[in-house]
Amino acid sequence: MQLLEFQAKELFREYGIGLLESIPSTNVEEGRKHAKQLGFPFVIKIQVPVGGRGKAGGIQKCQNEDEFEIKYPQVMGLTVKGERARAILLEKMADIKKELYLSIFLNRSKRCYTVIASSEGGVEIESVKNQIVKEVGLGEVSEKTAREVAKEMGLEEGSIADQFVDTLKKLSRLVVEKEAELAEINPLAVMQDGTVMALDGKFVTDDNSNFRHEELQKYQEKTPIEEQAEKSGFSLVELDGDIAVVGNGAGLVMSTLDMLSDNGGRPACFLDVGGSATTESVYEALTLISKLDRVKGILVNLYGGIVKTTVVAEAFLRAYENNIIDLPVFSRLKGTESDKAKEMLQGSRTKIFDSVEEAINAAVMGVRDG
Amino acid sequence: MADIFGILRGSPEDPDYEKKGVIVQGITGSYGSLHTRNMIAYGTNVVAGVTPGKGGQKFEDSVPIYNSMQEAVEATGARISIVFVPAKFFLSAARDALNAGIRLLVAIPEHVPIRDTMEALALAKEKGAVIIGPNTPGIMIPELIKVGIMPAMPFKAGKIAVLSKSGTLLYEISDALTSAGFGQSITIGVGGDPINGTRLVDAFEMVKDLPGLDGMVVVGEIGGDSEEILAQKIIDSGFDKPTVAYIAGRAAPKEKRMGHAGAIVMGTYGSAESKVSMFNKANIPVAKRPAEVPVLLAGKMEKSD
Repeated sequence: MQLLEFQAKELFREYGIGLLESIPSTNVEEGRKHAKQLGFPFVIKIQVPVGGRGKAGGIQKCQNEDEFEIKYPQVMGLTVKGERARAILLEKMADIKKELYLSIFLNRSKRCYTVIASSEGGVEIESVKNQIVKEVGLGEVSEKTAREVAKEMGLEEGSIADQFVDTLKKLSRLVVEKEAELAEINPLAVMQDGTVMALDGKFVTDDNSNFRHEELQKYQEKTPIEEQAEKSGFSLVELDGDIAVVGNGAGLVMSTLDMLSDNGGRPACFLDVGGSATTESVYEALTLISKLDRVKGILVNLYGGIVKTTVVAEAFLRAYENNIIDLPVFSRLKGTESDKAKEMLQGSRTKIFDSVEEAINAAVMGVRDG
Repeated sequence: MADIFGILRGSPEDPDYEKKGVIVQGITGSYGSLHTRNMIAYGTNVVAGVTPGKGGQKFEDSVPIYNSMQEAVEATGARISIVFVPAKFFLSAARDALNAGIRLLVAIPEHVPIRDTMEALALAKEKGAVIIGPNTPGIMIPELIKVGIMPAMPFKAGKIAVLSKSGTLLYEISDALTSAGFGQSITIGVGGDPINGTRLVDAFEMVKDLPGLDGMVVVGEIGGDSEEILAQKIIDSGFDKPTVAYIAGRAAPKEKRMGHAGAIVMGTYGSAESKVSMFNKANIPVAKRPAEVPVLLAGKMEKSD
């Protein structure tokens, strides 16, 4: 899961990484109290699990109470790349001298952690110049390695280099202990007073190791629908279109999403019911989708090598019978007994197609024409 | 690089040529037993199963069950195992297998923690063994041996190697290839996790010099950079067999995990655009739809004739 900035900073604080004073809140009353506590001026920062919030206007300077009353609700009401605000962080204004970049990520091809650092931070990683990239193995970054990184960045010996080395070592310990895939501090700022502070924080954990990290569970944010999907063993990603996309296998569902988009359709969700489709799993998937308001049609793409398509047809029939859905379903079912499945669904609101292309075209047309 | 055909098929002088033994770890679970039955039906020589505490019993009155891999390997001499245990027990199952001398371990479970995969890989490296997966449908030489969970129907013996990150897309695309008259010499599912025991580039090294290979199909998806590394390897090695790729996830939003643990774009790292442009650089056409793969492959074949 990807933590929000304030959650990442909670972990940073726990590991002794330098931070400005900041307080998270979820409504304006709470925010007002924190504003008093913190004292003006400060920065209002939207908390969303995606990047690009500065450009979207999600980071605002705030000088006084009047500005606060206007800007807090404004920032709270923003969406960034489709993500609504989960919270607002009020953070003391920084008196910055220089912005550095620091991240540690799991390098998939090298199969080890890799440090990226630069003395020219504060911009998106793609635009960070003079990147120092160092593979550091599976364990914590040693003093020696951290010193090498600092030196290559051009940090002269002294307090700033020392603080950088200390931050890198602490971040590395955090990453290893929490089994993170990515930890990023951008910018890691050198302040006018010579202290080094993490002004932003990004932290992505390995969901598969959740069972070993009870302490991270409080950061797990799930909508009721996502929770239900997880219980059923499905993977669900909500999107903002109107055609729900269901299939078996992540690759196949992604592929269906691509083709739907190519044909002018707008996917409402990505729903992978897992490699093997059963009457129960498809029925549950339809139940889930019925809870998404924006959906106007359902596109089902199942490749059942062993699965009988009649088994899936049974799920559609049951869903209509029990009034779970009243939406049209456009389905491509590859598997055995497809003629019989078509017969079963004759006259129902589910149309079965031989190719996914036909199913997609019908879905796009069907939803457009209502 | 590991001689994958030597492991799966053997050489004609071997007493077990074309019937190499396979041990199933987690044979008594519902998933393990279902796919053991399917593998046996396909012709795979399943010689033993392992479930701690059930040693001495038999699976369906035919396959002996042992308590540990040590015992199973000693009794059968098999060097291939397939693992069906729950993800949190994968590392201990893998250690058990690798320490017992397994040379090829096929790791089926999804949701294995990355650190556990990396530890298993470090041990495999030390022992000179190959891990395929985790989160893989497995590996097969069609019509000879299937070590995995793939259905039999899409595959046919032939001369095209298929390497895939995804399971159902591997079936879908192999099916399309088979229908178009392109059988498969081998199919390798590298898995949908961020860390793969056998990366696409390793799988390529395994198949590239196979005598009689006519072409290769690569089924990738967003996330990581293994497609880019493969494309660079193909350029550097001068591999000139007709090759076609397919990349899933062009329409996926950034920073969202699309089902597979590994299928996530962060910034531009892992984006479909990056992969497509590297394949283009390697002169490998990238299909827009799975159904287009055999069409592009046929086009490539014609050109190379």
